[in-house]
Amino acid sequence: MTAVPDQPLKTTILNPAHRALKARMVAFGGYDMPVQYEMGVLKEHLWTREHAGAFDVSHMGPCFLDLAISGGDPEERHQAVASLIEPLVSGDIAGLKPGQLRYTLLLNEEGGILDDLMIGRPSDPNFQGRLYIVVNAGTKEADLELIAEAAGKAARLSRADDGGLIAVQGPDAAEVVGEIFPRSRSLSFMSFERMPLERRTVRVSRSGYTGEDGFELLAPTTAADDLWRRLLQDERVRPIGLGARDSLRLEAGLPLYGHDLDPTVSPVEAGLAFAVSKKRLKAGALRGAERIHAEFDGGLTRVRVGLKVLEGAPAREGAQIVEAGWAHLGQVTSGGFSPSLGYPIAMGYVPPAWSAPGTQLTVEVRGRGQAAEVVALPFVPHRYRRAA
Amino acid sequence: MKFSKDHEWVSLDGDVATVGITAYAADQLGDVVFVELPVAGKTVKAGDGLAVVESVKAASDVYAPVSGEVTAANPALGDNPETVNDQPEKAGWFVKLKVADPTELDGLMDRTAYEDYLKSL
Repeated sequence: MTAVPDQPLKTTILNPAHRALKARMVAFGGYDMPVQYEMGVLKEHLWTREHAGAFDVSHMGPCFLDLAISGGDPEERHQAVASLIEPLVSGDIAGLKPGQLRYTLLLNEEGGILDDLMIGRPSDPNFQGRLYIVVNAGTKEADLELIAEAAGKAARLSRADDGGLIAVQGPDAAEVVGEIFPRSRSLSFMSFERMPLERRTVRVSRSGYTGEDGFELLAPTTAADDLWRRLLQDERVRPIGLGARDSLRLEAGLPLYGHDLDPTVSPVEAGLAFAVSKKRLKAGALRGAERIHAEFDGGLTRVRVGLKVLEGAPAREGAQIVEAGWAHLGQVTSGGFSPSLGYPIAMGYVPPAWSAPGTQLTVEVRGRGQAAEVVALPFVPHRYRRAA
Repeated sequence: MKFSKDHEWVSLDGDVATVGITAYAADQLGDVVFVELPVAGKTVKAGDGLAVVESVKAASDVYAPVSGEVTAANPALGDNPETVNDQPEKAGWFVKLKVADPTELDGLMDRTAYEDYLKSL
């Protein structure tokens, strides 16, 4: 993701805090963001896997979609707001339970992925008819335009990206966040709730982008700085930059929009079929339903796989994937060195016949062929705290 | 020891130059996880790509500060690429070059000039 020239970088509310921590700053998604702090990418990565990391992800696009009319039955209100956004996405939004958060995909008419995002239904009966939505930084403006257009006059879309969105991830995250928000202890993976921080309200979700147990905390402008400081006062927590965020999500096998996902890629190709509502697909009520049907029936030309690079340099985005006879198979969409595993890993697209774990392939790095093997995703097991 | 604007260092012993990257460069790169080195016998011109150094985040080119023929690549960097971070201007050397024209070194900076250059960045 590159910054648009002549357009000054935007900053998050925590920007001065990053500078005070001597972070190395880079442009990402139009924002001036910390790529690493003093520990460096490798140690920040390992710290998160062993303890807890705090990430500023305020550049992303949290927002709320609220029904314009008030009153009515809470369940009906949820159905009404869900019906506005559902035509745009792959998932079952009507079926969300109170307090549930769902990973879903914004689709174009051909079933290609315009973004991956989170949609949540508040737990509070007084807030039904509202959806909590978090989209990616680089696609934020386009996404919000699409959603606002779909909502028309029936619902109001309000941005919440002026405050802080802080991820706390790692095995110690539950204890750290539990000391600040005692009620967070009872949240399970992919659920969220409003919780008080003194007189302010923070939305606490048990979710993240590292494969670890953890939380994402949406704090209003008045609380963001205070919350960030409280987290960092805990000796189990270190600030973690976008560099380690990328290597952590890669090990967790999680796709990054604009790299592993783009408008030509379908949910089935991307290995994200779990995010497609089978009920809505069956009813033909899904964008690109025809293509997605055909792909489920075996009409696939490429699929996302994990690759273990068996020798040589890391194979990064754009590296060609070839068979031993050098016939072209596809290309790497994300890749790098895995700090947890100690060898290079990558994700990319290959024809289904080449996608079984154990398949031997070659990746081309700077004109040289290096042996690689297809492995199951994730590379490093997820440690989510799922509901019992 | 002489220094280039691309943050390589050169130390000449007779007509053999040892080449590496400076402590500043190693710090900027972060934790080095892989170093791709040339094979002995390869000839390079000053400014040519000499090696590639990979951190967790990115790959960066290292350029030949002087022209010559590669006589050795540091074997220690294969198993211990972190040596580049630990001892960039000593054990973390990259290659030895048989220098074609020792006067090329005159175009490089001495340590004082390099440190002034770093301050200007």
